[in-house]
Amino acid sequence: MSFYERMMNLDRRWIYLVIGLVVVVTAIWSFTVPLYVTPEVRSIYDYVESLMPGDVLMIGVDYDPSALAELHPMTYAITRQCFARNIKLLLCCLHQNGPGMVEQVIAEVAKEYGKVNGVDYVYMGYKPYPGITILAMGQNFRIPFPEDYYGTPLDSLPMMRNITNFDNVRAIINISAGSGTEYWINYANGRYNAKLAIGVTGVMTSDYYPFLQSKQIFGLIGGMKGASEYEYLAAKGGYISKEKDQLVASKSMPIQTTTHVVIILFIVVGNVGYFMSKRKKQG
Amino acid sequence: MGTTELIWNGVAAFLVLSIYSFLYKDNPFYKFAEHLVVGVSAGYFAMILYYNAFLPKLIHPLSSGQYWYVIPGILGLLMWARFSRKWQWLSRPTLGFVIGSGAGVAIPLYLQNYVLRQLSASMLPVGFSSWPQITNILIIIMVFCALAYFYFSKEHTGVFGGAAKFGIWTLMVGFGAGFGMTVMGRVALLAERVVFLRDYFHQLWNAVF
Amino acid sequence: MRKTLPIAIVAGVGFFMLIQYFIPLEEFETLYEWALDWTMVIGCFAMALGLYSLTNVMVNKVRRKSPGWGYSLVALGGLVFMVFVGLVPHYQESLKYGTLFMDIFTYIYIPIQAAMFSLLAFYIASAAYRAFRARTILATILLVSAIIIMLRLVPLGPLSPINQWLVNFVLTVPNMAAKRAFWLGVGLGASATALKIMLGIERGYMGRD
Repeated sequence: MSFYERMMNLDRRWIYLVIGLVVVVTAIWSFTVPLYVTPEVRSIYDYVESLMPGDVLMIGVDYDPSALAELHPMTYAITRQCFARNIKLLLCCLHQNGPGMVEQVIAEVAKEYGKVNGVDYVYMGYKPYPGITILAMGQNFRIPFPEDYYGTPLDSLPMMRNITNFDNVRAIINISAGSGTEYWINYANGRYNAKLAIGVTGVMTSDYYPFLQSKQIFGLIGGMKGASEYEYLAAKGGYISKEKDQLVASKSMPIQTTTHVVIILFIVVGNVGYFMSKRKKQG
Repeated sequence: MGTTELIWNGVAAFLVLSIYSFLYKDNPFYKFAEHLVVGVSAGYFAMILYYNAFLPKLIHPLSSGQYWYVIPGILGLLMWARFSRKWQWLSRPTLGFVIGSGAGVAIPLYLQNYVLRQLSASMLPVGFSSWPQITNILIIIMVFCALAYFYFSKEHTGVFGGAAKFGIWTLMVGFGAGFGMTVMGRVALLAERVVFLRDYFHQLWNAVF
Repeated sequence: MRKTLPIAIVAGVGFFMLIQYFIPLEEFETLYEWALDWTMVIGCFAMALGLYSLTNVMVNKVRRKSPGWGYSLVALGGLVFMVFVGLVPHYQESLKYGTLFMDIFTYIYIPIQAAMFSLLAFYIASAAYRAFRARTILATILLVSAIIIMLRLVPLGPLSPINQWLVNFVLTVPNMAAKRAFWLGVGLGASATALKIMLGIERGYMGRD
């Protein structure tokens, strides 16, 4: 077997080892990655900045732990920004294994800012059939969610006194890892004209640029890079700090950089090996 | 980090490393973690479904006198007839109701949001006096050519074939962008777990030494 | 009757949900809200179907002592323990952060689930080395586009502004055009399928007799 053929038939566990070493070494000897903030992320940050204390923002959290790395930092950053500016939050979760993720964020961040459940935020919990739930929320939040996540009737919560449906929230930010985003665009924005922005995983980001261009969404946070851009803006605004270890996505960006370089090298080396062994066979 | 949190995070770190052991080869530690997560997630979802769905949407309304909820309750129970080969047909009316409502709301909204609004957003001001106008020309040509590629009722020859060819090139750029973003997405998942392990072992070292 | 009634229900409910979008009468709104409400109640039972199915598979494996039945016992144990911990000590308060129920979610479910998906980073690196070949012009276009997107995370010194501009161009022009063509297809296809379901042409949801 020639050198190039051996290269092409390399045991995949060597590749895993290289990736593992690169990731571990970068985790130990980290560095700062320069950041470029995209307009689609900035538009969401600026919109939240434009809200007045007492305004209600809705966050639809539709992900489970498999998307934790990319989406959890977004949820934390946006929640901290809102609570710091006394913006009220209305949250729901339409992913079956996601309610605990929202509870984790809310419990931690509400405690930091001394926010009270039912007064400063309401967490409505989970319901099946996300499309139907969104349509029902557009009519009245009490149809899908007669009670909140903790079992308290929505009507007994002071914050919900003047909130009936999407018309009473300033905007919706949907942070999602699956098909939930399509339902929010189609139903919440499509039928009820709710002002909508989305935060999605890296895999999904490129799919939603048409909706950004058509102004069906006013902002798009894409993957871990988008989350780190939002964290950068939130840190500049004083809402999160590196000292308190609140820049979660930004911590992982150096690993992203080195691993991307290695994967690009793998692609180049793989193609070089392919063409060289092809030329050898033809020769 | 308190002692309890240190112990819990130790359990978490052990389970993460058990999963990563699969990269070498399948082993009992990986199988244990894999089956544990299946059971725990099923149990977790069962409780969420009970507290967040059944209680507020069925049990509490029925116990507070809203007896008409018996009807959707019975329809829902009929769904479970799917497990019996003899009585499976009983679940069809319920399925019909759910599928009918989903299909009915979908038609006007899919046409409005995925077709009409996307088409109207493609009606862009064109010209050569500014870069946005030039990119608008490119967008219109690329959308048309990508759609031409998917039109299989006419043979892809001549001018139409040329448009379809440019269309597939456009699609390839789109798929490449998607792949590039996918790599970032996958690496992000690994990066976060490694940072978790690094932070945990750092805390453990500080606690022990 | 076993097939006619479900088809009639799909058509009736489907056409009602379709026309109520265009008719702003209060009576139609009330019926629409009832339909949504009932669908959600039915959804609770539908979700429980999946749980029952999973539990059934695990119990059968343990009962028959199939290969690897010990792991199914681990899964069942996880499920039963989560249900017990979710119901018994604090009832609905169990859903609050800081309880044993939520601790198991945080320190067992989250780490294992996140770690399992992080394995994809290794697989994509392996696929990048072994499978991504610039064999044709189309594959080359895809690879070049992917590499431009991947390089945005790499500091390139004086080339960084050029790369950022290229990334922005690729995402907002060709990628956007390609994905627009894709969404147009999705919108038309989904509407056509929904119409076929409502007219009784598509009957796959009914299962076999």
